[in-house]
Amino acid sequence: MQAISQVTGPILVLEQENIDTDQIIPARFLTSTSFAGIGEHAFADWRFDTNGDAIADHVLNQSRARRSPILVAGHNFGCGSSREHAPRALLGFGFRVVISSQIADIFRNNSQNVGLLPVVLDKDQFASLLQMDGQEITVDLEQCRVLVSAADGGEQSWPFTIDPFARHCLLRGLDRFEFLVQANDAITAYEEGR
Amino acid sequence: MSAPESSPKSLFDKLWNAHLVQAQTEATPAIIYIDLHLVHEVTSPQGFDLLREKGIPVRRPDLTLATLDHSTPTLPAGADGIRPYYTEQARHQVHTLRDNCREFGIELHDWDSPSRGIVHVMGPELGATRPGMTIVCGDSHTSTHGAFGALAFGIGTTEVGHVLATQCLLQTKPKSMRINVAGKLAGGVTAKDLALNIIHYLGMNGGTGYVIEYAGEAVRNLDMESRMTLCNLTIEAGARAGMIAPDATTIEYLRGRPKAPKDAAFETAAESWLQLASDPGAEFDHEINLDGSAIRPTITYGTDPGMSVAIGEPVPPAANESQAKALKYMGFSAGQSLGERKVDVVFIGSCTNGRISDLRAVAKVLHGRHVAGHVRMLVVPGSEDVRKQAEDEGLHETIIKAGAEWRLPGCSMCLAMNGDIVAPGETAVSTSNRNFEGRQGSGSRTLLASPETAAACAVIGHVAGVSELQPLQESR
Ligand code: SF4
Repeated sequence: MQAISQVTGPILVLEQENIDTDQIIPARFLTSTSFAGIGEHAFADWRFDTNGDAIADHVLNQSRARRSPILVAGHNFGCGSSREHAPRALLGFGFRVVISSQIADIFRNNSQNVGLLPVVLDKDQFASLLQMDGQEITVDLEQCRVLVSAADGGEQSWPFTIDPFARHCLLRGLDRFEFLVQANDAITAYEEGR
Repeated sequence: MSAPESSPKSLFDKLWNAHLVQAQTEATPAIIYIDLHLVHEVTSPQGFDLLREKGIPVRRPDLTLATLDHSTPTLPAGADGIRPYYTEQARHQVHTLRDNCREFGIELHDWDSPSRGIVHVMGPELGATRPGMTIVCGDSHTSTHGAFGALAFGIGTTEVGHVLATQCLLQTKPKSMRINVAGKLAGGVTAKDLALNIIHYLGMNGGTGYVIEYAGEAVRNLDMESRMTLCNLTIEAGARAGMIAPDATTIEYLRGRPKAPKDAAFETAAESWLQLASDPGAEFDHEINLDGSAIRPTITYGTDPGMSVAIGEPVPPAANESQAKALKYMGFSAGQSLGERKVDVVFIGSCTNGRISDLRAVAKVLHGRHVAGHVRMLVVPGSEDVRKQAEDEGLHETIIKAGAEWRLPGCSMCLAMNGDIVAPGETAVSTSNRNFEGRQGSGSRTLLASPETAAACAVIGHVAGVSELQPLQESR
């Protein structure tokens, strides 16, 4: 997993609420036995028509989409199926961070496991962010802050909270698996004590 | 954090505490032990790759159980013996699971198993799902198993690898919610209707961060299959897990199941299962009281399972932009009667409503009637066990005679990755669990309902309820 501490770049806004994992990666792309190339199918049903032709004016097909490391998406992002293919597809597409006012439990967990930083912002701050499509911002995991330039030239700094262990692992690019492996004696003791 | 030993505990607290290998700290999550790991072909291959990469075995193959369900075709093999997989990749995925199970010594319910089925149908049928367990699977509807008083939830593929390797999972303790449903459900109102109403009440994200315990008279009165339907749909309100305390209904369901304890061991186990119920005075982070008797047969009209109305009610106005977009996608406008909508496809099946009681309800509606000429109706049993039972009872004959297709067990049209697909623009009334845009095929429009309602829609050919069926002519 690639470490992540600070990400700066333009945001891509998808304002829609309740974007589920079937939208992020439709089920027909789940038959692969590896995650390789999955980013090409991110939001397939939004980006391509039923003939498989790219819908040219869709924001996700604009060249800036691939240059935006930060996805800002409506409330309750990532609900639905537990497919880890969803955060993997977003990573493959080029996002490193997803910001919403609420992120579904399993999706958040999966994101943290694969190195996509899930950020939940306060409603008002999130609402302002929705108006800033294409603008450059910084997400700082070290400080747990989102930094946004204000209209008056100053800088706004919005705090977010994240599970401390997830932060620890993301900052260092640590695989959570190692933490489990280190608990091997405790696991054996638990099994013997049953 | 956790309450002192003597204080009253909830079912969830009891299960959580009993499975703590290592407690949660300020800096680290808890490590919890997993009693049953269910595996299927779609979310497991990269999990097995982790083991090979690290050169480690599956820690507890004896606590791991695999099946083929998601990408499997529901049409039989041809004369050449070749199964009609949707794509070569789907076939490869199934074969990969078979190879992985062989390599790591895991029990797989393959094509030749009399128990193969949708993972959440098969586990309970085998008695592999039992009260007091922790159960995970790389599938969000793992919440189904909570009907037995188990803590059961969906995980991602990385975590599938974690569980295969260590039989443990890193978890931060979720919050707890209890939903009390008082009163009796009216005749013709099913667990599906109850669940759709709960999701409508909570909203698609109202359960986020919670484990939900269902209680109250209406829940107690549900049989096990209905309880599974209710817990199955918990994830659609965003909650991690849903659960119901074990009682006599639970115990009688499990008695004699192949993987349940036998004889005296069963009685001992049953006694301990009854101790799992939430203690009087147990505290929950959130508690909700609903009146079950007020619920009517329900159907969804939007693109999230929370957008539902009682059958006969008009399409409500959109409350926000997302709902407006949903109405547009579905081709509905506010105030319109749902009954105007012609139905193209009816799908009976899935881990929500693919059990024997569901098929009996469908056969009861179809008996002596015929599916409307323009409707394509698929009836897909949730497992081989369900299929056999249905065929023993002759339900399949009623279903076929009515003009519906009788298929082999699998996830089928629930998720459009195995060849069973709703065409763009078509309207499907489905007993499954998700009506998201494109869930049943690109451009498909899904209305979720109970098996009874779906069967009535098939016969009438428009969105309708059971009460709109013409009474059958008395045969003399
Ligand atoms: S029936 Fe549908 S929801 Fe259930 S396991 Fe299969 S795909 Fe998932």
